Amino acid sequence: MQTLYLAIIILALLAIVFGAILGFAAIRFKVDGDPIVDQIDNLLPQTQCGQCGHPGCKPYAQAIASGEAINRCPPGGEATIKALADLLDVEAIPLDAEHGAEAVRTIAYIREDECIGCTKCIQACPVDAILGAAKQMHTVIVDECTGCDLCVEPCPVDCIDMLPIEVTPASWHWRQPEDIIATSKQPLNVGGSSHG
Amino acid sequence: MDKIWPFHGGVHPPGNKSQSNQTTIVPMPVPPQLVLPVNQHIGAAAKAIVSVGDKVLKGQLIASAQGFVSANIHAPSSGTISAIEERILPHASALLGTCIVIDTDGADQWIEQKTHDVDALDTAQLLQIIQTAGITGLGGAGFPSAVKLQARQPITTLIINAAECEPYITADDRLMREHAQQVITGIGLLARILSQPKCIIGIEDNKPEAIEALTAAAKTAQGIEVRVIPTKYPSGGEKQLIEILTGKQVPHGGIPADIGLVCQNVGTVKAIADAILLSRPLISRTTTVTGKAAVNAGNYEVLIGTPVADLLAFAQVDLNRTSRLVMGGPMMGFTLQDPDVPIIKSTNCILAAADLELAPVADHHACIRCGQCEVACPAELLPQQLFWFAQAEEFEKAKNHNLSDCIECGACAWVCPSEIPLVQYYRYAKGRVKSLKEEAQMAEQARIRFESREQRLVDEKLAKEEKRKARAEAAAAAQAAKRAANPDEQDPVAAALARVNKQKLEQQQAAPIEAYSDAPKSPEEEYKALKTAAAITRTKLKKTSKALQNAQSTGHEQVDALQASLAELTAKADAAQTALKAYEDKLGLDPEYEKQLLVTVAKTNAVVRKLEKSLSTAEDAASVEAEIALAKTVHAAANLALSNYQTNPTANTAAVQES
Repeated sequence: MQTLYLAIIILALLAIVFGAILGFAAIRFKVDGDPIVDQIDNLLPQTQCGQCGHPGCKPYAQAIASGEAINRCPPGGEATIKALADLLDVEAIPLDAEHGAEAVRTIAYIREDECIGCTKCIQACPVDAILGAAKQMHTVIVDECTGCDLCVEPCPVDCIDMLPIEVTPASWHWRQPEDIIATSKQPLNVGGSSHG
Repeated sequence: MDKIWPFHGGVHPPGNKSQSNQTTIVPMPVPPQLVLPVNQHIGAAAKAIVSVGDKVLKGQLIASAQGFVSANIHAPSSGTISAIEERILPHASALLGTCIVIDTDGADQWIEQKTHDVDALDTAQLLQIIQTAGITGLGGAGFPSAVKLQARQPITTLIINAAECEPYITADDRLMREHAQQVITGIGLLARILSQPKCIIGIEDNKPEAIEALTAAAKTAQGIEVRVIPTKYPSGGEKQLIEILTGKQVPHGGIPADIGLVCQNVGTVKAIADAILLSRPLISRTTTVTGKAAVNAGNYEVLIGTPVADLLAFAQVDLNRTSRLVMGGPMMGFTLQDPDVPIIKSTNCILAAADLELAPVADHHACIRCGQCEVACPAELLPQQLFWFAQAEEFEKAKNHNLSDCIECGACAWVCPSEIPLVQYYRYAKGRVKSLKEEAQMAEQARIRFESREQRLVDEKLAKEEKRKARAEAAAAAQAAKRAANPDEQDPVAAALARVNKQKLEQQQAAPIEAYSDAPKSPEEEYKALKTAAAITRTKLKKTSKALQNAQSTGHEQVDALQASLAELTAKADAAQTALKAYEDKLGLDPEYEKQLLVTVAKTNAVVRKLEKSLSTAEDAASVEAEIALAKTVHAAANLALSNYQTNPTANTAAVQES
């Protein structure tokens, strides 16, 4: 009988000690904010284009965190969906066509001699990448442009072009070799001269 | 001290050096046109400082370095700038890039050269000369040499890379045989710049003539050691050579200077010596032309910018026989699509392969996990693992397996029994890792900008709101001050409100009285109301009958409706009339009589007026006045009778009638 009490007392003491440690840790190492939202936000392309139906990437990250579909980001495309699926441990689903298709990344260019200096595009730009003043020519800071397309629609004279980013020798990189397993394409005994 | 440390892995491909190292270096004549890309080196592109049509002399600066890691470009021969345009670059991408095109005049006339008193020059001046001469690493990578020599860390050992481990290439071999003295002098100058470190020349044992020449030349200088290393590919890799000669490993992500070492290619050393001693900028280099398709395989002193096609023609390469044209060696070079691209500073070899000299690009088989690549990898990586990650696009994992340490030597692909183009997978993965990193950086930048913009908008809104509040408070304070100054004055708003409230209250109190007065209507009022009702119905009746007439004449479709409403109205009018009559009868009213009285009053009034008017013109004023008086009495009597009748219609009317 004494052993039983002893066991109960020891277990109770242990529970109290560990409870205290856990309680302390919960206060001491408390994480402010919702870390999952930031993690999701980090995976989104930060184009801030609003094609997902939210006014920016962070709001969409919050929406995803509260259960919205992960396939509404056309600029991120399949890669982002895959990354989000990995992070949230859900199944990767194809891009929702309703919100747009995955396209090559573009950059806005203002045809400067046609610009009338209305500042409408400046107000539309979510990342302050357009420089100009009222009745002065505007120009896009190319390095800051996310290619979100939001400046095109407000332009009253349609002088903004979305041009694909040019590949330079510096930005070029090798393509993935075509992934062919020769044995699946042709019988092995044909030719066979490729072994030098 | 002559110790050699082995490095992991490596392969022993056939050397294929004897095809090109038997003859001396042949200077190639000036080609008709030179094409000089402004970016031939690692770092920022140089900026053209000449314009189309300018005459340039040999050795004249035509493009200046932009920024620290960049290199000058000089005119390799005299001539005219015929274009500065986009041309296909000697690059694996075969993309276009800015090139300065010189139409040579054949005179090959040098620009006036400054000569230096070499012994008097200090380190900074020597570095300045190297930088001005536009010297970049000639071993293949093309890193600006002056930058490499300005390491922040103290340098204890200078390593001269004379290994030339890649098959086929013999440019450095021939250069060392023919210019050993110049190389040793160059090493001496570099040692001066680097404050006299230990100098080791690392050379593979497959070049006995070069070893002999260098050893002989090195005896004239102090502290230069020629160390022969076994032939193994890629012992000429910078990190591998360092490991062989010193036993030290360059840390991951670091540079040799981190462990007190600087490595320079032997060709670069000769170019540095030329620049300092002969004031000769980097305008030419030794390039090997080899391969089965080259009849005159050998080494050529080629001006930078010479089109590959011209060099091949000079070396009598049969382009029809050429199965693959490679710039660089068979292990690390890339296939040239277009032979018109120029030789640049880092072009050490043009390999014109014929027949099956180079294995054709074959369909590769599945990885069988044999592990031979791991054995061959000189960087001690797991090539197989990296291949799987690259194939599955798991770049994060590839990065964690030190993908960036891969030197792309191709040893793994060379040993692969499945002929998987492993290096291309790693290059692809490296490119993707780089672009993903850039994208992440851009995304981060965009996020910061987006957030700061949002913050700014919120701040602006708050500031506006605050301003508005401040204004409202100021106005309230002003009002309070005014009231304090004049305490008797009522607040106008409060006063107005009080007035309105008072009025409302009065109306509410008045309303019940009116309601009560409705009940016992005086007979006059009732009579009046009846009269009004009768008049209204009469008017309506008239209007309707008129409309009916109109409708009938025009044949309008509403005739029936109008007729119905007319009948209704007629009945109503009759009823109203009857009611009025009944009321009059009940009260004993006589409308006819009232009318008569009214007429009398009006008549008498008219008579009085008329008489009064005639009074001024009449001769007998007295009689007229009498008449007026009479008429006035009659008028007064009629008036009285009317008012009597109106106040009390039931009274006896007979008395009044007479008057």
